Amino acid sequence: MTGVGSDPHPPLLYPDYRATRARAPSRPLADLRPTLTELTGPVLGEGRVSEGDNDLTAQHEGEPQGERIIVHGRVRESSGRAVPDTLVEVWQCNAAGRYRHAGDQHPAPLDPNFTGVGRCLTDAEGRFRFVTIKPGAYPWRNHPNAWRPAHIHFSLFGRAFTQRLVTQLYFPGDPLCPYDPIFNAVRDPAARELLVCRFDLEQAVPDWALAYEFDIVLRETPFE
Amino acid sequence: MTLQETPSQTVGPYFAIGMTWDDGTFVVPEGTQGALWLSGRVFDGEGATIPDAIVETWQAGPDGRFGEGFRGFGRSPTDEHGRWGVLTLKPGPVDDQAPHVDLAVYARGLLRQVMTRLYFPDEERRNAADPVLSGLDADARATLVAERSPEGYTMDIHLQGPHATAFFAF
Repeated sequence: MTGVGSDPHPPLLYPDYRATRARAPSRPLADLRPTLTELTGPVLGEGRVSEGDNDLTAQHEGEPQGERIIVHGRVRESSGRAVPDTLVEVWQCNAAGRYRHAGDQHPAPLDPNFTGVGRCLTDAEGRFRFVTIKPGAYPWRNHPNAWRPAHIHFSLFGRAFTQRLVTQLYFPGDPLCPYDPIFNAVRDPAARELLVCRFDLEQAVPDWALAYEFDIVLRETPFE
Repeated sequence: MTLQETPSQTVGPYFAIGMTWDDGTFVVPEGTQGALWLSGRVFDGEGATIPDAIVETWQAGPDGRFGEGFRGFGRSPTDEHGRWGVLTLKPGPVDDQAPHVDLAVYARGLLRQVMTRLYFPDEERRNAADPVLSGLDADARATLVAERSPEGYTMDIHLQGPHATAFFAF
């Protein structure tokens, strides 16, 4: 069990995830006492987000196929302090498990009403909220009969360049998670569970959409 | 209260859907006085260029300050030849550090971004006194100093191999 405050991140080399073998840095990481460059970060405000960018179901003429869901949560630092006004970027495949990307050759249908990209800024309490559809599972070539569990990619900025976090949200009870080398690259089971969102019936909108809560904790800004 | 930090996961092969911006490679707009290209290629351990990485950059402005009307941040997906590039201004010295740009590389196969720095070849005196460069052996140090190019400066990033770039823990 890894204690609070220790490094929760996956190792860069995790051979079960095959692509790490030729890409994980071979030279041992050098120490860097953070300087002002690492303790500051870009301020990306209103100009980066347009009205409606947090609703992935309303970017086309019609509604996308699939199960409409709400994904909401808070961005905080490990001290518990909220991270307000920070850019949250998400991307995902459609309900059939297909990304709108030239590199995705999975023979599942594209959805003309779904791009799969969302953005928002957190509010004063660090909260964000997206409306989307539940992404599908899809096969990949890591090993025979390999399938990615349903997931949504999240990119967060925080206040400092070294706080920057890109991660993935998974869904509770997904039977593919135990087989997924990317999920399991996080070695500490308790830390791994932080990647699984919580089914949130209270935030569901009756007769319209179920909801999931995904809280995100960024490394403490080290200068305060 | 102490909350456990959320673990990182790879950006995967399809990050371009959510992590690219039309003006991502333009830290400053084209035509800006003094603008230059910082560019390079990203290589894997087999010596192949990586066409599905994204490089993010963060730096001070020419006055050595962060923010203050200067975006300072760039992001460039690599092209089919593994090449990244951002149009920016050369940073000034930051405190006692030589001019430098922080680089973070994200890709399929990287479970977390890797962090390095770009230094400038025409800053020999400041580079020699830089506290971060001074903490590295000569071999590692050399991997962080860019070369002049017709449009600015260029620095290749090697994730592995005999030319492996020095990356920093953070």
